[in-house]
Amino acid sequence: MSAVDYHSDVTRHVLWSIFGVLSAASITGYFLSISAKSERAKATVANLNSRTKSWWVMVIVLLCALAFDQKGSALIFGIISFLAFREYITATPTRRADHLSLFVCFFLILPFQYWLVYDTWYGMFAIMIPVYAFVLIPVLTVLAGDTTEFLARNARTQWGLMVCVYSISHIPMLETLDVKNLKMGNAGLILFLVAVIQGSDVLQYIWGKLMGKHPIAPTLSPKKTIEGFVGGTISACLLGVIMHRLTPFNMWQAFVISFALCCLGFFGGLIMSAIKRERGIKDWGTLIEGHGGMMDRIDSLCFSAPFFFHVVRYFFTS
Amino acid sequence: MLRATAVLLTKIITGGNAVWVDCPPEADRLRVYFANHGSHLDFATLWASLPSNMRQRTRPVAARDYWGRSALMRGIAVGMFNSLLISRETITRKDNPIEQMAAAMRDGNSLILFPEGTRSLDGVIAAFKPGLYHLAQKVPEAELVPVYLQNLNRILPKGYLLPIPLISTVVFGPPMQLNEGEKKGDFLNRTKMALLNLAPQPEH
Repeated sequence: MSAVDYHSDVTRHVLWSIFGVLSAASITGYFLSISAKSERAKATVANLNSRTKSWWVMVIVLLCALAFDQKGSALIFGIISFLAFREYITATPTRRADHLSLFVCFFLILPFQYWLVYDTWYGMFAIMIPVYAFVLIPVLTVLAGDTTEFLARNARTQWGLMVCVYSISHIPMLETLDVKNLKMGNAGLILFLVAVIQGSDVLQYIWGKLMGKHPIAPTLSPKKTIEGFVGGTISACLLGVIMHRLTPFNMWQAFVISFALCCLGFFGGLIMSAIKRERGIKDWGTLIEGHGGMMDRIDSLCFSAPFFFHVVRYFFTS
Repeated sequence: MLRATAVLLTKIITGGNAVWVDCPPEADRLRVYFANHGSHLDFATLWASLPSNMRQRTRPVAARDYWGRSALMRGIAVGMFNSLLISRETITRKDNPIEQMAAAMRDGNSLILFPEGTRSLDGVIAAFKPGLYHLAQKVPEAELVPVYLQNLNRILPKGYLLPIPLISTVVFGPPMQLNEGEKKGDFLNRTKMALLNLAPQPEH
């Protein structure tokens, strides 16, 4: 069973639009790279083009994840969580005494959370990390007897699980919701979420590059501007309205939910930037060309995915 | 085949991004890579992070009293990672580790060496044992390359059996040589400082 309804017109339109936009971006990037004269313009265009290239890969990975039901998606999003959690812990100060609890996070808690998605055991899915992992992690560290930064160490590990594993696991879990009359199947919910959030990121970047003047959070993220945020959010909300046929929302609902997602996504990015600043790093990793690490790409999903999941689950399921 | 498996496995577990700072990754140099030691995965990670044409001519130096204990461990160290096993304790004229290392270098092999002699528990670099100095005297034409291994003592700390999959970084620093008339203590201090200089500096 696939989460995508391939016989629907909506599916066909969505796929054409996605690949149309990507092709347009690649072609524009090609002509920009020919016409760029100054060194600075060349560097910007090169970065833009490597971002576009990465987008092709990311879109194809996402469509592969959606081609299966929640079982296949659980596997692919599980790998995404693993890579993100790996970057997060690498950049987090840990001590020898954390070794056992970190091992359990990587090899028991993370796979178990995605097994719960695979198995669609919603009750356990919703509480396993906030309740059981929350208790288990300090139990495992306290036995090692190292009290240096004891609370901070456990809190950092728990935070990593919440942000990289728990939040992200809500994306494939969207495929298990019983929503009536989805024209593209449940995959449409995921595409809507990812398109609005990532679209808002890209559009904020473009608006900021075109007319950004006033930094919105100069100490955290000097490149984010008020102009970029406003322009990007409004255009991402319009994108959400255009895509409302993928979801059970009417146009107004799509607009309001898109707006909330953009705000949560914006703060997600800002909060993860604050953590990067605290650690003194610029990017979480080097995995995705032009973007930094996995965590740099999904930071805005971390805070919006659980919200979106619960809005759909509470108001739109039968 | 066995070697390729070893490289792949190491890369999956430890990441091992190589960063070359003022040190060209060139295959035709005879080198001694000396690194900080905090984990069993150190020599495998450093070795796997080299470009394959350099890796073929580079042998990690490992303690025979540890890695030669059983056929399995010897198989991993020598068969998979092409290690040179040397004695740490009983040094006789017949069983002289410096002489064995120099002989391997005369055959055209670069070496990977951990001058602290043992794994650190807390990531602090201990004083260097004199082996590096004696080897530099024996093979004066070799380039001595400091290599800082980051995060490996977190991936598999001393005393633990199972690794956690963090991303390690292997930083290669500028090559050094033994100066004419340089005293042993000065040389060992200078090489240790060169290694410490490659460690990431705290922000504050």
